[in-house]
Amino acid sequence: MNKDEYKKLVDEYTPKENKVKNAIIAFLVGGLVGFVGQVIVTIFMTSFGMEQVEACSWLCILVILFASFLTALGFFDNWVTRAKAGLIVPTTGFAHSITSAALDYKKEGLITGLGANFFKLAGSVLLYGMIASFFLAIFGVIVYG
Amino acid sequence: MDSMKFTNIYLKDSFSIAGPLEKEGQIKNYNLTMDDYYYHEKTFEQAEVKMQRVVIDNLLLRNKLLESDIDYLISGDLSNQISVSSYTARGYHIPFLGIYSACATFAEALIIGARFLDGKGSRKAIALTSSHNLNAEKQFRFPVEYGAPKPKTTTFTATGCVGTILSKEASNVKVEGATVGTVVDLGIKDATHMGAVMAPAAAQTLKQHLADFNRNVDYYDVILTGDLGSVGCEIFREYMKRSYGVKLKNHMDAGTEIFLESQDVYAGASGPVSLPLVLFNKILKNNRYKKILIIATGSLHSPTFVNQKITIPAIAHAVSLEVLK
Repeated sequence: MNKDEYKKLVDEYTPKENKVKNAIIAFLVGGLVGFVGQVIVTIFMTSFGMEQVEACSWLCILVILFASFLTALGFFDNWVTRAKAGLIVPTTGFAHSITSAALDYKKEGLITGLGANFFKLAGSVLLYGMIASFFLAIFGVIVYG
Repeated sequence: MDSMKFTNIYLKDSFSIAGPLEKEGQIKNYNLTMDDYYYHEKTFEQAEVKMQRVVIDNLLLRNKLLESDIDYLISGDLSNQISVSSYTARGYHIPFLGIYSACATFAEALIIGARFLDGKGSRKAIALTSSHNLNAEKQFRFPVEYGAPKPKTTTFTATGCVGTILSKEASNVKVEGATVGTVVDLGIKDATHMGAVMAPAAAQTLKQHLADFNRNVDYYDVILTGDLGSVGCEIFREYMKRSYGVKLKNHMDAGTEIFLESQDVYAGASGPVSLPLVLFNKILKNNRYKKILIIATGSLHSPTFVNQKITIPAIAHAVSLEVLK
C-alpha cells in the first residue's frame, strides 16, 4: 500500500468532527461570556460612575482573575475542552493558557521554569496581536489622518 | 534477521501499578492502584520514579530475590532522555539498560532481556516500563491544566507501571519467540492520530512474524496490539485485509481494554504501559488464551519534528508467549 492509498484508508475510518455543533456551542458560550461582560460593564458605569474605558479595563481584570482562579482550582480546563472556542477566544482563554503553563513549570524554578515558560502558549497571541495592532495603527493614520 | 526463537526463557512474575482513572476502568485486579497522580511525591516526574521503584521492590520481595540475583534491568518510559527510568535505576545495584521505542518499549525490553538470557551466565532480568498521563501531556502536548480541545482520534496516555522478571527457571509463561520490527512511515503527520501512524507498523511486523515462523494467523488464540485505540484498530484490521489478505478474528487492542467508554478518553488508552497492563491483568489471567502474540506499537515522534511538519515514523515489535498449564 503506498502513501496515497493509505491516506484514503485513514480518511475512511477517521471520525469526522461535528463542526456545526462545535460552532453553535462556541457561539452560545462565547456570546454568554460577552453578555455577562456587558452586564458587568453597565453595572460599573451606572452604579460606580465609571467611564466606559475604565469600566472595560476593570472587566478585563475581573475576567482574567476569574479564569486564572478557576484554572488553578483545576476544573476550568474541562469547561474549555467542552466549550472550545467559546472560552478560548475571549480573554478567558488567554488567562487560562498563562495560568496553566505557570502551574506546570513553577516546580522547575521561578526563573528557569515559571518565568521562561509563562508565555509558552500565550506568546503567539501577544506577538501577533502586537504586530496586527501596529499595522492597524498605520492603516488608521493613513485612512483617518 | 527479523525473528528469533528462544529455548528456555520464562516470565517468572509480574507486578502492576495503575493510576486513578485506570482503577475505575475495565480491569479491576491490578496489584496496586494510585489514588492521585502525585503518589505522595512533590512532582509528577518524581511520582513516576516512585511507581517504578515500587514495582521493582515488589518484584524482588515477592520472589525473595536480592538485587544481586538480577543480571539486568531493562526499562524505558516517555520522559525526556528516559530520565524516569534512569533516576529509578540509580537506586539499585543492577546493571541497567535504558531503552526507548515509545509505546513499543515493553516488547523491546522483553526481546533484549530474553536474548541476553539466552546466552550463558545470565539468569534473570527485569523488563520494566511506565507512563504517567500528566508527564506525557506536558512532554508531548499542552500544560496539564490547559483544556485544549482534542479530535476524536486522540488517545489518552495511561498511567501505570508494569515490570516482569525474565528467567531461565521454568514457569507458567514461556517467551517462545520474537520479531523485531522495522520503522514504517506511511506519511501521517498528525500527532493526534497515532493509531493511523502505528497501524501499518503493526501490520508489517505481524506479516513478517507469520512468514518467519511459517504460521497462520489462527495459530494464536489472541493477537494483542499495543495502543492503536478504537480508530487505529479498525485501520489496522482493514490494512491487514487489503494489503495482505489476512482477516483478523482473534485481534484485541490494549488501548480499548483499559478505560470505559463513559470515561471520555477519546479513542482509548495509549502509552507504553497500556499493553503490559492488559497482558498481565487480563490476558494471562484468562485460561482461554494459551498462545499469545503481543505486538507493541510505538509512534516515534518528538514535538520538535512534529512542529517541523515531518511525517511520523512508527515501530512495532512482536513477542510470542505460550501459557503452559
